[in-house]
Amino acid sequence: MPEPRLALRGVKKSFGDVEVLHGIDLAVNPGEMVCLIGASGSGKSTLLRCMNGLEPVDDGEVRLDGVDIAEPGFDLAPIRQKIGIVFQSFNLFPHMTAYDNVALAPRRVLAEDARTRIEALFERFGLAAHMGKYPDQLSGGQQQRVAVIRALAMRPQTMLFDEITSALDPELVDEVLDVLRSLRDDGMTMVLATHEMGFARELADRICFMDKGVIAEEGAPDLIFSTPQRERTKQFLASVLR
Amino acid sequence: MTTRRAAYEARQRRRANLLAGGSTAVVLILLIVLVPLAPGWEGVQASFFNAEIFARTFPDLLSAFLINIAIFAWSVPLIAALGLAIALARGARAPVLFPLRIFGAIYVDLFRGIPVVLLVYLVGFGIPGLGLPRPWNSPYIWGTVALVLTYSAYVAEVLRSGIESIHESQRNAAVCLGLSERDTMRYVVLPQAIRRVVPANMNMLVALQKDVALLSFIGPVEILRQAGIFKSLLANFTPYVAAAVIFLCVTVPATRYADYLMNRDRNART
Ligand SMILES: Nc1ncnc2c1ncn2[C@@H]1O[C@H](COP(=O)(O)OP(=O)(O)OP(=O)(O)O)[C@@H](O)[C@H]1O
Ligand SMILES: [Mg+2]
Repeated sequence: MPEPRLALRGVKKSFGDVEVLHGIDLAVNPGEMVCLIGASGSGKSTLLRCMNGLEPVDDGEVRLDGVDIAEPGFDLAPIRQKIGIVFQSFNLFPHMTAYDNVALAPRRVLAEDARTRIEALFERFGLAAHMGKYPDQLSGGQQQRVAVIRALAMRPQTMLFDEITSALDPELVDEVLDVLRSLRDDGMTMVLATHEMGFARELADRICFMDKGVIAEEGAPDLIFSTPQRERTKQFLASVLR
Repeated sequence: MTTRRAAYEARQRRRANLLAGGSTAVVLILLIVLVPLAPGWEGVQASFFNAEIFARTFPDLLSAFLINIAIFAWSVPLIAALGLAIALARGARAPVLFPLRIFGAIYVDLFRGIPVVLLVYLVGFGIPGLGLPRPWNSPYIWGTVALVLTYSAYVAEVLRSGIESIHESQRNAAVCLGLSERDTMRYVVLPQAIRRVVPANMNMLVALQKDVALLSFIGPVEILRQAGIFKSLLANFTPYVAAAVIFLCVTVPATRYADYLMNRDRNART
């Protein structure tokens, strides 16, 4: 039994008086791809943001390679290089070219001029012709791929994706999902919040159905999609697969 | 081929232009006919709009205006640097830097709260009054200091609002990449914030250009002072009108440009 790359135990998170995560337990093994599904507001984004310390958790443990990063006062800066995150809204830096967006963190954090590596990443994801463009000169799908490249340039071992196709026009979704497929082939450890049920079923090792701040049901995609056990899971799947 | 709509709109435009031109012409004619009928017009014309005096004093006023431009030119970088420093001090979050934050807040309140003229008097007369030795009692230095103090307070506030207007998701993205707080500010937040407040700062520059004339009260023979000298010499107010014309030649295009930037910005964001 390998040590999980990412292990959450009893993670609780409140905003003000409202508890939105009620004690989450989840282990993600190296190379595994886990999809979080669930209704809007069920806590998928919050959970992802707790996994990389962007939101401090109130209680419980978040272990990354065995180190508890949720410990109050823990210095997160070195951790950020090990775990990348991509958001629904791209969040590219609008005043920099695509290339500079990607090169900034390697240069400042790793003190590395990663030009060859970065150019290879642009090449790999079909964006070599767009390195010099500004975000507003790129389509949504291209921007999102740049955002993925930007995270990958830090050489993370784990990637978090928060509904990265939800803000895209339908015809642009596939080019971004292809990026995820390709990372999957590399053996990247990934946790995704997604509404793309077909994609989750096709590629995920495991599906976690979140409901009102808990993981209500988890298991292999085929089991979850064909024979869900919980009533809530059935209702949710019925509503999205209609 | 013009469409029906295009033809209609062209007709409407012609009509609007005709009306605007007509009403402007009427107002102008009334001004030209009626103003000279006013009882004091002869006197006003002689002492404010004397063409011969205008032509004679204009070149000297123009060269005096170079002093305004010089004072303006060396004030701007000082204002920018100090304004940025104060804005950053006000945004400092670390507890050790609390005194800086307080200092920034007091600075801004203080220097935005005092009329520029008053500060020019206080600093411009007060500090040389301490009996400082030669270059250090120059009104150029202390006048500049007064302008820099006031304007950096305004610029700091403008910058701070710009910094706060940058969406949190930008900071989050930077932090998640492992960038330090400092690098996040320097490479991600500030460049965007500064761009966003360019129009507001353009207006500030126009105001500063005019306020440089306040230094005339403490000594430098810049354009307003020069106009005053001519007025006493020639017992005529026309030099002031000439000075106003020179100011307008600079401030009108600058204000228009600022408006243009502001509009372009608004359009870009919607
Ligand atoms: N910064 C915040 N402050 C207050 N409440 C928040 C904040 N972020 C999230 N919440 C609340 O936490 C709950 C979970 O939100 P979260 O964004 O994690 O849901 P989600 O599953 O990602 O939903 P969606 O599918 O719409 O993205 C929601 O009720 C939301 O209103
Ligand atoms: Mg979400």
